[in-house]
Amino acid sequence: MSLCYAYYPGCSGLGTSLEYDISTRALCRNLGIELVDIPDWNCCGSTPAHAVDHLLSACLVGRNLGIADDMAEARELDGIITPCPSCLKNLKTTQYRLADPEFHRKVELVVGRPLRADLPIKSVLQVVVEDLGLQALAQLVKAPLAGLKVVPYYGCIMVRPPRIMQFDDPENPMALDNLLTELGAEVLPFPLKTDCCGASLGTTRKDVIAKLSGRILDAAEEAGADAIVTACPLCQMNLDMRQSQINKANHSGHNMPVFYYSQLAGLAAGQGETSTMLDKLCVSPRPLLAALAGHTGEGA
Amino acid sequence: MSSSPKAFDTEFIAEVQRESEQNLALCYQCGNCTAGCPVSFAYDYPVNQIMRLVQTGRKQEALSSHAIWLCASCETCTTRCPNDIDVARVMDVLRHMARRENIVSEKAVGAFWKAFLESVEKHGRVFELGLMANYVGKTGRMFTDVDLAPMALRKGKLGLKAHDIKKLAEIRGIFDRYREQK
Ligand code: SF4
Ligand code: SF4
Repeated sequence: MSLCYAYYPGCSGLGTSLEYDISTRALCRNLGIELVDIPDWNCCGSTPAHAVDHLLSACLVGRNLGIADDMAEARELDGIITPCPSCLKNLKTTQYRLADPEFHRKVELVVGRPLRADLPIKSVLQVVVEDLGLQALAQLVKAPLAGLKVVPYYGCIMVRPPRIMQFDDPENPMALDNLLTELGAEVLPFPLKTDCCGASLGTTRKDVIAKLSGRILDAAEEAGADAIVTACPLCQMNLDMRQSQINKANHSGHNMPVFYYSQLAGLAAGQGETSTMLDKLCVSPRPLLAALAGHTGEGA
Repeated sequence: MSSSPKAFDTEFIAEVQRESEQNLALCYQCGNCTAGCPVSFAYDYPVNQIMRLVQTGRKQEALSSHAIWLCASCETCTTRCPNDIDVARVMDVLRHMARRENIVSEKAVGAFWKAFLESVEKHGRVFELGLMANYVGKTGRMFTDVDLAPMALRKGKLGLKAHDIKKLAEIRGIFDRYREQK
């Protein structure tokens, strides 16, 4: 079975989460999932658009859905995928609301073209665990992450609201847990796996981030984790790039690497730096990985 | 809008119902939404009270609350409401209405969203550095993440140039037609 998807990278993949984009593409390539970028895609408007107006949000998403419609005319596609939960939620919410004919008509009017918008829309994570299956992943593992203790952090909207996201369990998802176990890591139980990190309030209300992301870092440390693993660019930025701000605000001393799951998949597959891009992480994982390699007697 | 706020504004209730497509009468104030809301600690009204303000037509209080701007859109309330009310969507709709009436209780949040969308309109994608400069200009605040800038730049996480899309005219067209529709 060969899978081919229209790929929506999302704006953060061009900058703040470049390593997520690159490692995701590498993972898909290795798994035989073909990604075709949605040509000339535009920003979905993220939270600001839906917070300002639902029609505007749907129209920004709508342009991308329209381009994907055209792609599907030209070749067979299994659907649209994106690594970013925030983009995913906007794509899926728009598709859901377009089922209302009145709203559909309005959106087509503003976008300036007819829209089918009927391709399945999924996260890369969902495609890997559901469409492909973890057995396929297991075949990639050359250097299992033995001894690495991690907590899986899904963030809030990868699985919520369930009516729209249609993926895993909204209170206790297991996709990431299972995936990381398959990579050989020790996955610790983590009750905060779907708690909010403070999302886009990072720029405007640092007190909220310090409290919410701080709580996640505290809990990860208490659980005995060496690292946190995320699937969301915004969560990763709040926990990793803002970790020093959080430490300052909370008088804490966390030094906890925050990986993307795709980076760890690359590591377990024995891939080099060009696709795992570990140097992009603000809290360096080097000492941790060196210590692990020391324990297992392998080279770093 | 009338100049003296009505104590029980039925028009407001109907408007929130219509725009959110939710039946607000279903809320029986169980407090589940508030129990799960991560930002409750920073709210002036917890989210179940916002629901109550809407049910009782207290437009001014609802629209001038800080809570509606601090909501992180995490969808916990929507997921856990026993009556299947899309509470997060109601919060969205209250923000839409507040903006239309020029009530922005959290100025920084409003300014950030505005700067974000201006970046999208201008480039088709978000240009982070430009967005930050615009945000600083709007709020008069010094770049509040100035401590992170060296790290972000060193890691190549703050793009120095915009990634404009090719068909910018299409994006401009969308914004223009959207404004005409409103
Ligand atoms: S969870 Fe639902 S029913 Fe309960 S208070 Fe909140 S909105 Fe009302
Ligand atoms: S969506 Fe908003 S109101 Fe609802 S739980 Fe999350 S932060 Fe609170």
